[in-house]
Amino acid sequence: MEWSDEAVVLSVRAHGETAAIVELLTRAHGRHSGLVHGGRSRKARPVLQMGNHVSAAWKARLPEHLGHMRVELQRGYAASSMDDPAALTALTSLCALSRLLPEHDPHPNLYEITLFVLGFLDDETVWPALYVRWELALLDELGFGLDLSSCAATGTTEDLAHVSPKSGRAVSRGAGLPYQDKLLSLPQFLTKSRPTGANAIVTAGDISAGLALTGHFLATRVLNPRDLALPEPRGRLVGLLRQRER
Amino acid sequence: MAKKITGPEIERLIQLLGRMPGLGPRSARKAALALLKRRDALMIPLASALAEAAGKLKDCTICGNLDTVDPCSICRDPARDPNLIVVVEEIGDLWALERAGVVSARYHVLGGHLSPLDGVGPDQLNLDALLARVNDGLVSEVLLALNTTVEGQSTAHYVTGLLAPTGVAVSRLAQGVPMGGELDYLDEGTLAAAIKSRRRM
Repeated sequence: MEWSDEAVVLSVRAHGETAAIVELLTRAHGRHSGLVHGGRSRKARPVLQMGNHVSAAWKARLPEHLGHMRVELQRGYAASSMDDPAALTALTSLCALSRLLPEHDPHPNLYEITLFVLGFLDDETVWPALYVRWELALLDELGFGLDLSSCAATGTTEDLAHVSPKSGRAVSRGAGLPYQDKLLSLPQFLTKSRPTGANAIVTAGDISAGLALTGHFLATRVLNPRDLALPEPRGRLVGLLRQRER
Repeated sequence: MAKKITGPEIERLIQLLGRMPGLGPRSARKAALALLKRRDALMIPLASALAEAAGKLKDCTICGNLDTVDPCSICRDPARDPNLIVVVEEIGDLWALERAGVVSARYHVLGGHLSPLDGVGPDQLNLDALLARVNDGLVSEVLLALNTTVEGQSTAHYVTGLLAPTGVAVSRLAQGVPMGGELDYLDEGTLAAAIKSRRRM
């Protein structure tokens, strides 16, 4: 049993003195782990950093075995985000949340979006909005996708401003007015009719609203039923982006 | 199953030696045999040194270092610069800096790095003591000598944020080409860091 694939490094754990158990998000084989001999060596450590894009070859006798892995660097995204505390926290949060995906279950769509987000982590004007979209995509892949295309009450596709915390469906500004306090804000950059031109600028407030939206559904639909909480870096990311807002 | 060739005491010695880093079962046997052969010159002095060190071992209540005295020898040393604290992840990092002999400062050992996957958050690190030392007012600079890994740098950013309200100067180690490093063999992350922090000649 063997395969070769491209992947993003999600986690690295020391195994003995020289080896490491590496967990990857692969394009065609989903979340997959393997033992990397010499994974703690001076040569392998820069490659085996969370968020790095690698090419991997895995080999085992049976598919359910841990197996052995060989990993080569394609693009070092970890290094490019090290100077920006928020970007580095987003990378850590992304890797921690990716571990919610079931093992060996391919999610090529999410993989593509992941690479896209990682590619922009050195551009602080772009990555926060991409990160929120990535969390939306993760919810979708986990089977808890939000329906932000039309209003749950009136069916309109215009002026969508809220999301129902129960159904996960968009609600228009008018229909949501009486329940405003109970509804979640829907930032415009997440709607299909997102603004263009000068109005297309995503503000720090939009990012906070987006993170609150995805955070609510990640917590209530994915994590709480498993008796888990949002990962610590995710909370730190919200705090860091709020600091920037001020 | 292999026959036992020694008594239970020696087997236990081999087992314990085999738990040491760098020693497997075979090398533990070699080490045990060396000790047995040189009982007076090596084994008995080693046993008494181990017993003495184990009996006196203390965690330094100031910096988190391990020593036989509390505060540790480094914290007691009056020749060290009291204005500079070098923050490291592990005691091994402190020893590495001391071996190099390039900085004569006080240290602070965090006892690890932030690692959400291993359940290590800020509460599990020796951060309260660091904050208390900085708030004492003697310290003017904190040098974050943490590993250039995602976890190490995440910890560095977290500590920087934690120390920001105190007004103390926070610095970190430079990143780039190592001594004797050939560009052809360096990874792209190191090269990018080296280019980013280039200096005018």
